[in-house]
Amino acid sequence: MSASSATPLLAIRGLRAAYGNVEVLKNVDVDVAPGEIVALIGANGAGKSTLMMTIFGRPRARAGQILFDGYDISALPTHEVARLHIAQSPEGRRIFPRMSVAENLHMGADAADGNTSESDRSADLDRVLALFPRLKERMTQRGGTLSGGEQQMLAIGRALMSRPRLLMLDEPSLGLAPLITRQIFDVIRRLNREDGLTVLMVEQNANHALRLAHRGYVMVNGRITLSGTGEELLERPEVRAAYLEGGRR
Amino acid sequence: MDYFAQQLINGVVLGSIYGLIAIGYTMVYGIVGMINFAHGDIFMIGGFIALITFLILVSMGLSAVPLILLVMLIVSMAVTAVYGWVVERIAYRPLRQSFRLAPLLSAIGMSFVLMNFSQVSQGAQVKPIPPLITGGYTLHDSGNFAVQLSNVQIMVVVTTIVLLTIFSYIVSRTRFGRDMRACEQDQTMAALLGVNVDRTISMTFVIGASLAAVAGMMYLLYYGLVDFFMGFVAGIKAFTAAVLGGIGSLPGAMLGGLAIGLIETFWSAYFSIEYKDVAAFSILIVVLIFMPTGLLGRPEVEKV
Repeated sequence: MSASSATPLLAIRGLRAAYGNVEVLKNVDVDVAPGEIVALIGANGAGKSTLMMTIFGRPRARAGQILFDGYDISALPTHEVARLHIAQSPEGRRIFPRMSVAENLHMGADAADGNTSESDRSADLDRVLALFPRLKERMTQRGGTLSGGEQQMLAIGRALMSRPRLLMLDEPSLGLAPLITRQIFDVIRRLNREDGLTVLMVEQNANHALRLAHRGYVMVNGRITLSGTGEELLERPEVRAAYLEGGRR
Repeated sequence: MDYFAQQLINGVVLGSIYGLIAIGYTMVYGIVGMINFAHGDIFMIGGFIALITFLILVSMGLSAVPLILLVMLIVSMAVTAVYGWVVERIAYRPLRQSFRLAPLLSAIGMSFVLMNFSQVSQGAQVKPIPPLITGGYTLHDSGNFAVQLSNVQIMVVVTTIVLLTIFSYIVSRTRFGRDMRACEQDQTMAALLGVNVDRTISMTFVIGASLAAVAGMMYLLYYGLVDFFMGFVAGIKAFTAAVLGGIGSLPGAMLGGLAIGLIETFWSAYFSIEYKDVAAFSILIVVLIFMPTGLLGRPEVEKV
């Protein structure tokens, strides 16, 4: 638990959010310290993706605070959150289907809003392509024509192009072959170890996620019910039950 | 053959004007998924602004035609762009989260507002302009028929080509164009990547309106007149062109514009001028039966 005692990069306090009259997040508290990988696990519909999107103001928080670097960003417009170098590879990956792979990556670099020069940009691009060599062969291809695994790599690569201080990953393993999943998780681990990248990830594959993460939170029906280090959570019977429930689909 | 060549020239000129208007329909449809029925009236406003600018310049004693044309073009594009921006701001943006038909109804309302505003402020009668660009070339003279290419026609086509080149450069090569395409494909993701979606949509209306203004000025110079009602028919034709080309597709809009212009011209020349609109719309229906997404439209299933 040593990581959580440092000043958090992201601190979510008493967060509530709703779609219409349906309250999806009910008083959620989550901390992410700099350099940490934090996993958020839970069944389908628990509110994990909503939490990720609420950080970007979609939907807007109804109550509570989202502190990034100590500043409450819960009222910022979505595009201004992105400029703070918070990047997300969202649920469903959301690759721009009629843009080339190169253009998709440029969109990520644009999010950093001009404070990266042309040479920084090409250095970033080289780095991303070194992490995901598959993308290199696909640069001129349209995003929509990529396979699921390649789209996931592109979504993460696009997020990395914005030089994120906080990288948010929503279900990076969804629908991918085990081998590809392992490759992607390896990249995340490397970025964290070598560059100290801070990661907040949502996963249904709790086993994988908790092994990768320093700490984890379990979410049930819009509430955090458990938190602890990855190993601790893996031992908990509730987690094992939730993991089996979520893993068998 | 000479007669055919002449009709081809006339059709391309008319088609250029339709195409310039059609781009505004197709861009707005692409980015916000609505048909901006007020766009035809924006075109009409563009024509009026050009005429008013002309009258002001002449009353100031200016007589250099190229300078007059340039100022007319710039003023008309700028002022009409403001109209486009304001229309989006007050009539469409507040309704963006509303049900799908709401902005459509608002657009029809806006169309009447602009039309009636012009009628009341400018009068209902047709407003003429003296021919500013005269002369031309006789391309071929067989004795009983001469193929003419007037300077005004050359100007319409050249202006269209120049603007389209600039415009397609903006869309395909600049950051703004990339943001625009991003918003078109996935607004939420665009916002997650720092794109100011509202501003990008506003700019789309501004660009669409300024292209319509160019079309309005070309119409004014080519036909020598404007009236408050001209946006209605031209708007419907350009909308048809956008659908024919494949709504959402920019090259499609231009191609559709040319197709409608040519169909109309050839039908009038060889069959009957009274039925030219029937011909244009019949061909639209036939094309849509066999190619539901239009000539260059993409099938909707591509959306991931």
